[in-house]
Amino acid sequence: MLYLSLVLVFILSYSFYFYGKKRALSLKFKKNENLSSLPDYYGYYVVLLVFFPAIIIWFFLLLFKSNFQEMFVMSPVLFPDVATWSSGKFGLIMNKISNLSMIVNLSEIDLTVGDKSILKMASESEIIAAKNLANFDKIYGWSNLTLFIILPVLLGFLATKSISGKLNAQPIVEKIISYVIKGSSYIAIFITFGIFFSLVFEAINFFRYVNFMDFFFNTAWNPNRAFVIDASDGFDQEALKEAFGFIPLLTGTLLIASVAMLVAVPLGLLTAIYLAEYASSKVRDIAKPIIEILAGIPTVVYGFFAALSLAPFIKDVGEGVGLPVSAESALAAGLAMGVMIIPFVSSLSDDVIKAVPQSLREGSYAIGATKSETIKKVILPAALAGIMGSFLLAISRAIGETMIVVMAASLRANLTFNPLEPATTITTQIVTSLIGDVEFDNPKTLVAFALGLTLFVMTLILNIAAITIVKKYREKYE
Amino acid sequence: MSSLEKRLAAEKRFKFYGMFAMTLSLFFVLILMYKIFSTGSGAFVRTTINADVYFDPNFIEVSSNSSKKEIMKASYVDLADQVINQNHPGLDEENFIKVREMYTRKFDYQLRDYIANNPNVIGKTVNLDISASSDLDQIVKGNYPRNVPEAQRKINDYQLSILDSLDSKGKMSKTFNFWFFTNGDSRDPETAGILGALMGSFYALLICFSFAFPIGLLASVYLEEFVKPGKITDIIEVNINNLAAVPSIVYGLLGLGMLIGVFGMPYQVPLVGGLVLGFMTLPTIIIASRASLRGVPPSIREGALAVGATKMQTVFHHVIPLSLPGTLTGTIIGMAQALGETAPLLLIGMVAFVMEIPGGAFDPATGLPSQIYLWSESAERGFLEKTSAGIMLLLSFLIIMNTVAVLVRRKLEVKW
Repeated sequence: MLYLSLVLVFILSYSFYFYGKKRALSLKFKKNENLSSLPDYYGYYVVLLVFFPAIIIWFFLLLFKSNFQEMFVMSPVLFPDVATWSSGKFGLIMNKISNLSMIVNLSEIDLTVGDKSILKMASESEIIAAKNLANFDKIYGWSNLTLFIILPVLLGFLATKSISGKLNAQPIVEKIISYVIKGSSYIAIFITFGIFFSLVFEAINFFRYVNFMDFFFNTAWNPNRAFVIDASDGFDQEALKEAFGFIPLLTGTLLIASVAMLVAVPLGLLTAIYLAEYASSKVRDIAKPIIEILAGIPTVVYGFFAALSLAPFIKDVGEGVGLPVSAESALAAGLAMGVMIIPFVSSLSDDVIKAVPQSLREGSYAIGATKSETIKKVILPAALAGIMGSFLLAISRAIGETMIVVMAASLRANLTFNPLEPATTITTQIVTSLIGDVEFDNPKTLVAFALGLTLFVMTLILNIAAITIVKKYREKYE
Repeated sequence: MSSLEKRLAAEKRFKFYGMFAMTLSLFFVLILMYKIFSTGSGAFVRTTINADVYFDPNFIEVSSNSSKKEIMKASYVDLADQVINQNHPGLDEENFIKVREMYTRKFDYQLRDYIANNPNVIGKTVNLDISASSDLDQIVKGNYPRNVPEAQRKINDYQLSILDSLDSKGKMSKTFNFWFFTNGDSRDPETAGILGALMGSFYALLICFSFAFPIGLLASVYLEEFVKPGKITDIIEVNINNLAAVPSIVYGLLGLGMLIGVFGMPYQVPLVGGLVLGFMTLPTIIIASRASLRGVPPSIREGALAVGATKMQTVFHHVIPLSLPGTLTGTIIGMAQALGETAPLLLIGMVAFVMEIPGGAFDPATGLPSQIYLWSESAERGFLEKTSAGIMLLLSFLIIMNTVAVLVRRKLEVKW
């Protein structure tokens, strides 16, 4: 129904465009009034006055649907003392009612069949509430639909009525549109603020449980120790101290990212050099898009590949040589990640290398240098800043990468620099601490936000550094 | 060796390194594709066992006059057992269970769907291809080795002997696995399908597009055409560049903390997934759209202004239509990235086991990549195949989207 009302808003807005325009035209030709704007603008004027209020209301109805649902189901008529309930009890009863509503739905109003045992345990008013809940979508949908027939039509007619020759529609329309455009560009800022505040807010909640210094400087990561079944038990402060040590996650992240960079930097850079300086245009045209495919492959595919093929392969090879290799070694995750980053490094470096002025190359050839000497002694030093920038972006990519490490790296924290051992990363721990649990009332889930904030700050610094370096470099040759 | 020879040798070596690096990168693409296709192609085929099915009215709770609803509600477990007894006469209880395991657990559903489509079949005998269980399927496809001790096999010796006798009678066959494209997720690999995840991704992308495209387009128009360079533009600009490089998992945290935590939006629905993907795609679209707007020559604007158009008319009647192909290309590429993005979906809960096919953006759902992740975590061999097949599907969507993007650029872009 909500979709239908959205479609309705669009259709009505569209037809009101013609209605407004027609009204303006009839003013001009039948009543001989002089119009201040082109007839089209009267159409736009009506549309804007219909569309925006309707769409805003539609959006709010969508956003607060669950609140309306609760108000509707937990009405004081059915539960007289609902206002005094704690949020825990409220949630519990709501849950019970939503379970009930499924049974009510299945047996379709006939309460004598279905799972009677659950029904027997429920009170009369709870069953009525469950029935209400089962009907809520229908009622909500229909009332929305009615609202979205009445509202736009009413607004549309009011707006059309207000059209007269004196009304200058064009500046009004342009003003509204300019506000909309301006608002759109501020959304990017809102998103950044949203990220920052949602991270900071929950991270502060986390640091209420866990000491700031303990988090950043402890070397033990055992979040399961902080697990309590009943929140009223409180947390064992000693266990909390030992539970959330960030250091092994940081080393694990850096270890896997370094393995990835060890693969991606030489391969990516050499590929870029070969494609930019040596390859014929034919080879370039074929090879470049194929390598770019690597960048387009979703990371879940790399993760699958790393866990399924790469890790067992490395384990077998290692055991063949006599080295003990873990099945979840940092090496496997790092290698897969490295392959993922190759096109990232190669295409960025390629751009930078191509931006080096031709005159530098020619100068070098003129004094008798070979091509490789020119590349090593002239082009690379000239492009160094840009290449470093691309490396920094690649590192930021590597430490923020999630799926590969979730699927191929270990869940157990391990303070090690040996790539053959298992290691875990920041992103892996964010995912594991949040999967299947959205109660923000214990440090075990809240830690994800503290980790996310740390990750955000780390990547932000790398990105800003990279962008600044690349920009400086670009200015040098422009 | 003279110094010149040395230098030339170094030159050759360096060129070889470059070629080697490039070939190695190409080789990675090949090996990845090979691995995915070789493990995934099996999922499109399903092993079936041919059997005569007598729709015995004694074992069916409904009659041919029953309504479709009643037929769908009734249980067909007894009928399924009866069919197996008829096709494998003289089984004792222990062996019956073993034989039953060779058929799909959803055998009764298969019978139910058949009756629902042909209600008149009750009381008659029909020759049907019944889906085998996933373990049997894997043995037939050769993914499970046969020549290992019985304890290490999912299919025991008795079942193997039955399989061989069925095979010699020509009862085993393979059909195209439609279920993979028409079913939702399932605990049994043989009936698990991708449609639920596909629809989840579709709704999420729909939301993502309706959020990111208009806002991205308008924001870039504001930044390129209306605002004078200054502090605020600089801030927005730096902001957008940074947003483009924020790890996707952080967007997932935004969705969880803000949309679900603060605004109380439901967990694991495509609406939240789509909005989060939209936040992620927005910078990509803005960057592409700005580049495209910058590509429109000033003469177009000056021409429009010269004949008396307002700034707004110039932009909306001339500049935007001319820049649209570039914006669309950027949008499609951004959407392709969003389609493959998994981490944010994990955090907002779109990784649960969902059997029903979602009917809208408010129904619990998984997405295509998160379904792939879910299957990849399953221990059963049958799901390995599904994972790869899911990846093949995902990759083909990405290829289609990118091809469309290239075509849009080639066919519609105006060259100045």
